[in-house]
Amino acid sequence: MKTVVRADTETATATPEFEKAALRQESRRGLFLAMPAYLYLIFFFVISLFIVFIYSFATRNRFGGTDLSGWNLDSYARISEPIVRDVLFRSVWLAFLTTVICLVIAYPFAYFLSTRRVAVRNIMLVFVMIPFWTNFLVRNFAWRVILGNDGPLTNTTEFLGLGSAELLFTQTAVVLGLVYGYLPFMILPLYAAIERIDRRLLEASRDLYGTGLQSFRHVLFPLSMPGVIAGSILVFVPSLGAYVTPEILGGAKTTLLGSYIVTQFLTARNWPFGAALSFVLMLVMLVTTIVYFRKGGRTL
Amino acid sequence: MTSAVELSGITKRFGDVVAVDNVDLSIADGEFFAMLGPSGCGKTTTLRLIAGLEFPTEGSLSIFGQEVGTLTPDKRPVNTVFQNYALFPHLTVLENVGFGLKMQGIDKETTRRRSMEMIELVQLDGLAERKPSQMSGGQQQRVALARALVNQPKVLLLDEPLGALDLKLRQEMQLELKKLQRDVGISFVFVTHDQEEALTMSDRIAVMDDGKLLQVATPEEIYERPANRFVADFIGQTNLLEGTVSDSETVILENGVSVRAKNGFSAGTHVAVSLRPERAHIQSQGEFEEGWSHVNGFVETVTYLGNALIYGIKLDWMDLEVREENHPGVELYKPGAEITVSWDPDAISVVSD
Repeated sequence: MKTVVRADTETATATPEFEKAALRQESRRGLFLAMPAYLYLIFFFVISLFIVFIYSFATRNRFGGTDLSGWNLDSYARISEPIVRDVLFRSVWLAFLTTVICLVIAYPFAYFLSTRRVAVRNIMLVFVMIPFWTNFLVRNFAWRVILGNDGPLTNTTEFLGLGSAELLFTQTAVVLGLVYGYLPFMILPLYAAIERIDRRLLEASRDLYGTGLQSFRHVLFPLSMPGVIAGSILVFVPSLGAYVTPEILGGAKTTLLGSYIVTQFLTARNWPFGAALSFVLMLVMLVTTIVYFRKGGRTL
Repeated sequence: MTSAVELSGITKRFGDVVAVDNVDLSIADGEFFAMLGPSGCGKTTTLRLIAGLEFPTEGSLSIFGQEVGTLTPDKRPVNTVFQNYALFPHLTVLENVGFGLKMQGIDKETTRRRSMEMIELVQLDGLAERKPSQMSGGQQQRVALARALVNQPKVLLLDEPLGALDLKLRQEMQLELKKLQRDVGISFVFVTHDQEEALTMSDRIAVMDDGKLLQVATPEEIYERPANRFVADFIGQTNLLEGTVSDSETVILENGVSVRAKNGFSAGTHVAVSLRPERAHIQSQGEFEEGWSHVNGFVETVTYLGNALIYGIKLDWMDLEVREENHPGVELYKPGAEITVSWDPDAISVVSD
């Protein structure tokens, strides 16, 4: 009897320490579980990234090879050249435009989805995912048919007497293609965020003299911010570095960063410059992401 | 005088389901009004109809004489305290309370001042900058009240306002709500499934079941003169002794004994005599008060509550529950004891389906 009592009091006082130890142990076990992913990323991502990083400070020699001696910042300096600057700005602008359009299209849809019955939602979510079953390249070529001469779009506009809508090989075509390609990445996180919001909060807002628009602005939108941020980053980042869509739907005049970098590596054979551009691209993405999270964090 | 809220012929259907069935109801200004019933009886839907969160399928609904049946919630002079409060999680207490004023376009200075006054009134001074998630259930409840009352609604609607609180806090809040209602002087319409809560707090109670309004009366009337079997059974504890009306003074019970029971039913109607446990009295077999109705039986169970004793009584044809206050010198009966249950004929009510 005595021992039992002592054991009890001991456990009672020892609990916090014991729990801390258990937590430490749990976190060690977690690390072990994460190991395969870490190793994979370190080997295939971090190491190759590091190589690119080294190259960005190297010099291109006369034969298109790379001299790994004589470190310099020449490649980074070239970014201020007007032609490079234009490519960079254009890419950021189109990625931004793509993100905004995706957000505007996806938001009402995600909201609509969240108001459906669970069975209906799942079916509709499958429909959102269906395009992924087809190769991305093939889908982009399909867009070429849609937008091209004698395609359904020009035929329609001509039939309506609006003249021929020649969109193929323009920036508009690129944005249309990018919006199409990345829309699901906006819909899914938005839906996940909106679905979690308690409907009664909207009712409370209406009850407290909020109009529909006010309820959206002051309740629904701020509460769906995590989804807006996640979706925007998921669309903005790949749009900024997009290669396939601009290459297939864009014209020669609308070179974007992704294509420009590929050209440096494959055509111009200027690996250091390509590497430097890749790092600038990553930097832009990183900064945008951080700013966005900060801003979102404040609203939440 | 116009009523604060007037429902006439209100029906609400969701597809094939009739949630509210042809309800006529009039709530006076300054009244503490409870809507009581089991879950799914239509009480919450009725409240939501008044708030404008649902629209009636049929019937008309007015608030202080103004027809509001088709108006959206933001156009109605009522506010709601939601079940589980529905506080905005992304806003502070101050912002939550000021929400309604802000939406109405009232200037920042006034909004802040009135919100702070209201926060003080519900005794949350010093917590204005907190987020709802950092507060206890009782505090959240006060925020919800402040958020609604700051708008000076003409009627305050409360949907199970105390349901999420533990017993002790609930009893405290019952008194506070009552006091608050007297202070602000407007009608409070609150929905509850807790009959005790309804009896303690309300000036009048509406009992609902299956979308229908069964009785609207003061707590005393509802308890003493229930409109039908459901109300008698739902409000408080009761024994329902089945029988048939013989004349306006007499009911013949199932076992053939006729008892005195004033009623308004025609002879031959199947009724039940509602005998509250505390209105019945037990004595040794053969003993009973002069002029009281009585039946014989024996004690089956005894539950000791401290302040009272609950006897489970077995009659020939049914079981009864009798509550005896535990006065000093009260006679205690053991299980198996043969007893007579008697009651004052004026202390019962007669109900039909």
